[in-house]
Amino acid sequence: MSSGAVAAANERRLTIARAMAEAIAQEMRIDPSVFVMGEDVGTLGGVFGNTRGLFDEFGGERVRDTPISETAFMGAATGAASDGMRPIVELMFVDFFGVCFDAIYNSMAKNAYFSGGTVKVPVVLMTSTGGGYSDGGQHSQCLYGTFAHLPGMKVVAPSNAYDAKGLMTASIRDDNPVIYMYHKGLQGMGWLGTEPAATVHVPEESYTIPFGQAAIVREGKDVTIVSVAMGVHNALKAADLLAAKGVSAEVVDLRTLVPLDRDTVFASVSKTGRLIVVDEDYHSYGMTGEIIASIAERDLSVLKASPQRVAYPDIPIPFSRPMEQFALPSPEKIIEAYEKMKGRRGWRWM
Amino acid sequence: MYETMLVSRFFEEAIEAIYLEGKKPVFNMAKGPIPGEMHLSNGQEPCAVGVCAHLTSSDIVTSTHRPHHAAIAKGVDLARMAAEIFGKKTGLSGGRGGHMHIFDPDVNFSCSGIIAQGMGPAVGAALSRKMQGRDGVAVSYIGEGAANQGAFHETLNLAALWKLPVIFVIEDNAWGISVAKSASTAIPNNALRASAYGMPGHHVTGNDPIAIFAAAGEAIALARSGGGPSLIDIETDRLAGHFMGDAEAYRPKGELEALRARDPIPAFARRLQSEDALSDADLAAISDRARSKVDDAIGFARESAYPEPDEALDKVFV
Ligand SMILES: Cc1ncc(C[n+]2csc(CCOP(=O)(O)OP(=O)(O)O)c2C)c(N)n1
Repeated sequence: MSSGAVAAANERRLTIARAMAEAIAQEMRIDPSVFVMGEDVGTLGGVFGNTRGLFDEFGGERVRDTPISETAFMGAATGAASDGMRPIVELMFVDFFGVCFDAIYNSMAKNAYFSGGTVKVPVVLMTSTGGGYSDGGQHSQCLYGTFAHLPGMKVVAPSNAYDAKGLMTASIRDDNPVIYMYHKGLQGMGWLGTEPAATVHVPEESYTIPFGQAAIVREGKDVTIVSVAMGVHNALKAADLLAAKGVSAEVVDLRTLVPLDRDTVFASVSKTGRLIVVDEDYHSYGMTGEIIASIAERDLSVLKASPQRVAYPDIPIPFSRPMEQFALPSPEKIIEAYEKMKGRRGWRWM
Repeated sequence: MYETMLVSRFFEEAIEAIYLEGKKPVFNMAKGPIPGEMHLSNGQEPCAVGVCAHLTSSDIVTSTHRPHHAAIAKGVDLARMAAEIFGKKTGLSGGRGGHMHIFDPDVNFSCSGIIAQGMGPAVGAALSRKMQGRDGVAVSYIGEGAANQGAFHETLNLAALWKLPVIFVIEDNAWGISVAKSASTAIPNNALRASAYGMPGHHVTGNDPIAIFAAAGEAIALARSGGGPSLIDIETDRLAGHFMGDAEAYRPKGELEALRARDPIPAFARRLQSEDALSDADLAAISDRARSKVDDAIGFARESAYPEPDEALDKVFV
């Protein structure tokens, strides 16, 4: 369990935004090579609050507002990182990365390899993901799969503030480029209608959560539901609904997509025999397919039924509320996926 | 031009009021009849009307995340635009696009919420007109923040190189969200950049529709006569927050009040009275006409039905 059982007396509940800012501040205090740059990260403290307080503590030299020049500052991050700095770079929505993608996937992510491992590029990219509040097709995507697909960068997507802090500290200390993708609906910004379960106890002292270690956030024996970020909360809600029907669901929070903890997923599916993968990213060529393929490749015989996916349909995200809500994954869709799996069960189901 | 400025302002005021329905006391973007982000254009109307007054429906305009004033000045169907902003089935895209994605091919208007990404399409439309031997100019609106985007520099060079009939219009409202122009741009005015790409640069101060009209007239005449692109840099004022819900703590004290005191709409009205001898009654009649256009459009949007949820799956391909 990531958020852990903590004595209520010393509870310190933080939003993901504050947990991220705290982790950054703690690393900046001990490591002068860490600095932050991006649009509106300075006095505004980040559009989604994850750099709040940093400008006041560290000043404009280490917390730099940039022009809207992503190609320049993503490239600059690569250069600064290769020269001994540890830049943390914010680009507020993942949807905006198209304008500077080359600097990331062709340089930042490949330079270590091109140099035979002699050049390190310790950059952390921070960006928001997700929709649900009618922000339209250029401000609501997740694109987890897009970044996870390309080799050379690690991909982090926390579901709660405890993980958010530990994963941020680990990201900053990692010698490789990391993209840290936080979901807008978990960020703890009231104006985005936040998921309350993401705001949890966060210890004050610094700690890391190792990459590539999924968390079993709910134990169960009948079906495994695998997800990240907002999907984990949908999965937990679905697990409650399934429990009411007498079905015991295990929920796996991947926490990092690269590296991917295939072992934990496989062990869980070996136990339950049934798999549903939930993703707010697009259905095809993405995380859902990757998880199912991992099981199929290793040992198909652990499956008692065809795995199911609950993902975003392969459409641009519609603005209008009824259409967007129709397209989003939800606990109800996870239940439907379970029923469908049951309807199609073969001889192995029991 | 005055009437169009009023339509634009009344439209934004109506959208602002409706946007806040369901968002009080707790501001949550997901709630109310108009959810999502909302970027209003109050104060920037002169940039829209001063340029678009020279255009016909066959000319092309590409706009930004802050598109309503330009859309109105270009003649986008007001009722269907309002319905789009509400996410209704009768909207320009049936509710698929929303406020940052206004597309009206009948008047060749489109926009993108990604900074500077309307620029390439404007250049391409101008290229298309040139290659097809068809008349028409393309106008690309951007903010001063977008002038630091790679696309700005690439498109200016391309348009000048190929001598395309395109006009780049910078609406310099001095702010890119919370970042002041002085903190993002190394030179005082972006019109200076025009010479680096081999095109005329106009710098227009005072947020004055007549001065903008004059500069745009020159640039558009040049483009229409085969003389290639121009850059028009306009100092304007953003009288609203970056988006609805913006606390605007980054603004220096008193700035907003000072900007409101020089609101271009009353200033234009005073000028029409003194220079063109329009009476109070004339102005009131214009205002009434503008108001009723907006009321009709908003009424249409309110009454229209939402799309069926599964219409989300249509129109991915055509
Ligand atoms: C490529 C890209 N980067 C960042 C953003 C986020 N963003 C939206 S509006 C904005 C500020 C734009 O400033 P400006 O171009 O001056 O236009 P204004 O908002 O003042 O009209 C930013 C940074 C974006 N939409 N696209």
